[in-house]
Amino acid sequence: MLKTMPLPRLLTTEYRTLSQIRGPLLFVERTADVAYNEIVEVIGPDGEVRLGQVMEVDRQRCMVRIFIGTSGLDLDTTRVRFTGDVARLGVSLSMLGRVLNGSGQPIDGGPPIIPERSLDINGLPINPSMRTHPSEFIQTGVSAIDGLNTLTRGQKLPIFSGAGLPANELAAQIASQARVVGGDNTEKAEGKGSEPFAVVFAAMGITQRETSFFMDQFRASDAMDRTVLFINRADDPSIERLLTPRAALTAAEYLAFTHHRHVLVILTDMTNYCEALREIAAASEEVPGRRGYPGYMYSDLASLYERSGRIRGNPGSVTQLVILTMPDDDITHPIPDLTGYITEGQIVLSRDLHRKGIYPPIDVLPSLSRLMNEGIGQGKTRTDHRSVADQLYALYAEGRDLRRLVAIIGEAALSAEDRRVLDFAKRFEETFVGQGMVNREIVETLDHAWELLSPMPAELLKRIPQEFIEQYHRRKV
Amino acid sequence: MNNNIGKVIRIAGPVVRAVGLENIRLYDVVRVGELGLIGEVIRLSEGLTTIQVYEDTSGIRVGEPVQSTGLPLVVRLGPGLLGQVYDGLQRPLEILAETGGEFIQRGVQASPLPEDKRWQFTSHVSVGDVVGAGDILGVVPESQTIEHRIMVPPHQRGRVVSIRSGEFTVNETVAVIRSGDEAGVNNREISLVQRWPVRQPRPCQTRLAPREPLLTGTRIIDAFFPVAKGGSAIIPGGFGTGKTVTEHSLARWADADVVVYVGCGERGNEMTEVLEEFPKLEDPRTGAPLMERTVLIANTSNMPVAAREASIYTGITIAEYYRDMGYDVLMLADSTSRWGEALREISGRLEEMPGEEGYPAYLAARLAEFYERSGRIICLGNHGASDTQGRMGSVSVVGAVSPPGGDFSEPVTQNSMRVASTFWALDYDLSRRRHFPAINWTSSYSLYDFSDWFESEVATDWDELSSEAMALLQREVELLEIVQLVGPDALAERERAVLAIARMLREDFLQQSAYRDVDRYCSIHKAYWMLKAVMDFYHRTQAALDAKISLERVTALSVVADIARMKEFQMETAEKEIKAIMDRVQFSFADLGVA
Repeated sequence: MLKTMPLPRLLTTEYRTLSQIRGPLLFVERTADVAYNEIVEVIGPDGEVRLGQVMEVDRQRCMVRIFIGTSGLDLDTTRVRFTGDVARLGVSLSMLGRVLNGSGQPIDGGPPIIPERSLDINGLPINPSMRTHPSEFIQTGVSAIDGLNTLTRGQKLPIFSGAGLPANELAAQIASQARVVGGDNTEKAEGKGSEPFAVVFAAMGITQRETSFFMDQFRASDAMDRTVLFINRADDPSIERLLTPRAALTAAEYLAFTHHRHVLVILTDMTNYCEALREIAAASEEVPGRRGYPGYMYSDLASLYERSGRIRGNPGSVTQLVILTMPDDDITHPIPDLTGYITEGQIVLSRDLHRKGIYPPIDVLPSLSRLMNEGIGQGKTRTDHRSVADQLYALYAEGRDLRRLVAIIGEAALSAEDRRVLDFAKRFEETFVGQGMVNREIVETLDHAWELLSPMPAELLKRIPQEFIEQYHRRKV
Repeated sequence: MNNNIGKVIRIAGPVVRAVGLENIRLYDVVRVGELGLIGEVIRLSEGLTTIQVYEDTSGIRVGEPVQSTGLPLVVRLGPGLLGQVYDGLQRPLEILAETGGEFIQRGVQASPLPEDKRWQFTSHVSVGDVVGAGDILGVVPESQTIEHRIMVPPHQRGRVVSIRSGEFTVNETVAVIRSGDEAGVNNREISLVQRWPVRQPRPCQTRLAPREPLLTGTRIIDAFFPVAKGGSAIIPGGFGTGKTVTEHSLARWADADVVVYVGCGERGNEMTEVLEEFPKLEDPRTGAPLMERTVLIANTSNMPVAAREASIYTGITIAEYYRDMGYDVLMLADSTSRWGEALREISGRLEEMPGEEGYPAYLAARLAEFYERSGRIICLGNHGASDTQGRMGSVSVVGAVSPPGGDFSEPVTQNSMRVASTFWALDYDLSRRRHFPAINWTSSYSLYDFSDWFESEVATDWDELSSEAMALLQREVELLEIVQLVGPDALAERERAVLAIARMLREDFLQQSAYRDVDRYCSIHKAYWMLKAVMDFYHRTQAALDAKISLERVTALSVVADIARMKEFQMETAEKEIKAIMDRVQFSFADLGVA
């Protein structure tokens, strides 16, 4: 839970010198000895204590943002108490299995969490020279991801979704199916076997329906006792969303790097987080950047996404699966755009495939996993993996081009070879991507790929070295 | 008595204001607060000092002290730079990890160069010699391939009064230089280290025009859009188009003596990749581990924003220092957009009037200043009677640009294009088809003309081949537009032949996998033979069409598949094997009845 440390000062000063309340911001006058980013407690006329944070300090005045709403505050009787400390989260192994609100307080009716440590929720940057490169293949059971956009331990991979697309279903499916396939092909089932696994789930501004969907999923997969949920619902105060991912990542880092768990963090929906960021920036009259989002949004998002990875000599890991909704399905919108520049790839969902009834509706062409090459190949998946993936991409891209051409000139004008490619694209979408709720082993995924390639003559498979063609290609017309 | 301690009066993110600092100059470094965070003075007005702080300012209070160091932001230059990983302020990250753990704490300091390592110094001058700035006093073997030349620092000259060879640490005096006139003599002790303010370009004797290409091992760049030794290039591209992979390829395989790689506001894991991989990879020219010619500056996106701004300058100053020794240096910056954004953020906090898209009006000037620090030069120093040419060195700069939404009309791309001479445009469409490197051949350009160099160093028909190949690729674009409208049947056979060969060029020559050992580095000679084989096939196809042989029969030749496998040839045997393919091409066409 978000708490404050014992006060370092002998005297805490309470101020009643509010001069302005504007949206989520308070202005306090005649302050002294206030620290930047310090946490404040604001006691309204109703006696309720709300938390806020100092956003700017001047000699005489400071600006405070209130996380959980300013309604009901007044200028005359509201008191502001400076705590002398930055925002902290009390963390503990006993958080597993608990449901917390967006600022880390239990909302499951259980007892309060007894903290083992109290950590600054902003964390510290990992020293780049202490990182190890993510290289362990995580099998998600989804062919479009495992085969073409492989996830590795310590990676941050977002799912770019659109309103109404099944991103949450996919995230829940991945959370329950994900496991690491070991180097010598001995499988270590995450959570079920020796390697301790945990899920930290942070929801920002999601609806009641989505909340219960995730809760049901976690309960159904027996994953609940190794999951921590941070829930900020759509009707919770929006500024609290700025705390939620930070609190969740603090818990995740603690579980990973102190208790050596492999932690999968699911952040949903980052679009709501960015809206909250814009709201606070507008309220404090900052110079807006693109589409009104603040100019520092890149740095702000990076301070969240970069909190994933592996540390040299530490068995734990933090892997992030971030869900965001592209406004109007626009991938160039600042939220997906800046995210894509920070994360190690992206999984893009397509409305077109969704309409065709394909699940998961992953459009593989704009999707990418930057760490794929580290996680695949000999001893991890299979030696032919890279070249098979390249070949599928190339043929599918060609098939999509041909589809456009067919719309103009008709299929009859195509050569036999082109028709084979066109047919490949169709089968690829329907059976390789559109696998339904099935959990596929990586070998099944690759074998399925060769099955799709079987009608193709070997000369067309330019991306695949001769040796793999000899080993796997079984020509069927 | 000057007061060099002031007091914080305002904090807004990385911008802090202080009062009470006297005799302080613009760009002086200050220590802010009890933690001693590093900051730099960026604005002065009556009694009020505005500071950009290079570390997170959380917890700093109004009233905390600010102490001036009286010095601008400097880097320490000397043996031990190679193989290091620094943050944007030249703090050695590996040392910080040893002392501070896995996470970067605030206010920490560490010496950038190993203080206790002893270097073997061999003097090159004798007592009594008169030396000036840039003259080489002696050398230290810094790595297997780089001889670190200890130079007289800029603006110094005099008579050598003592010099010794032997083993020294970086801080020990190796020479004393006496300068003086009637007013008095001045003895100056010289160690293996010099300091230089990062924002000030290091001086040189003369700037020269670029004359030869910096070979990169990437076929599309070397063959069509070469960058000069001492030139500048930018790689703009949306996310996932391969900026970082291209920059990494350049860092690995480019024909430079020293590489300075600045990861500016990018991913931590990418820096780790370089760190883990470079010690294991060999420099194709020397066989030494790549790390021994590399200096890394890692200021990842979650590290403080102001230090991102400094990291670019730290990098280019180190690059200039090795240039001054007479080396060809390549500086890579990934990504200059993050640097631009850092400028924008600081500017916003200063409440400056914003220019285009919120960037400060001086963005263009800053970018131009930075790219102009590239160049081929004659170094400072008197190079002895036998060497009238002078010692030459170069700094080539390649900057990645990350335009929002992949739209090149934004200010950082546009302003960089105005100053950089080579433009490698990365393309979403190519990257989505996994055509890598996704450098678009219709919108990229290089302003350098190296045809003379290629003709003398590679082959006399180089220029002819590459121009013809490029024309073919351009023609393909036009033809594909027609195909999109009316279908391929509307094309004449000759035009379909252009499409077939252009496709061969794209797939068998331009595409290059950065992940396949055999293909990720391609020597210019292998590139030449590959190009020659494809164009030879084209010429024979034309001859076949002249002889009324149908295109289908030509494209059905089994030798087409051989051409597609040229990439897989080892560098040493490529020429022989490709010549064999060309012989087979000749026989195959002869079988069709073409002379």
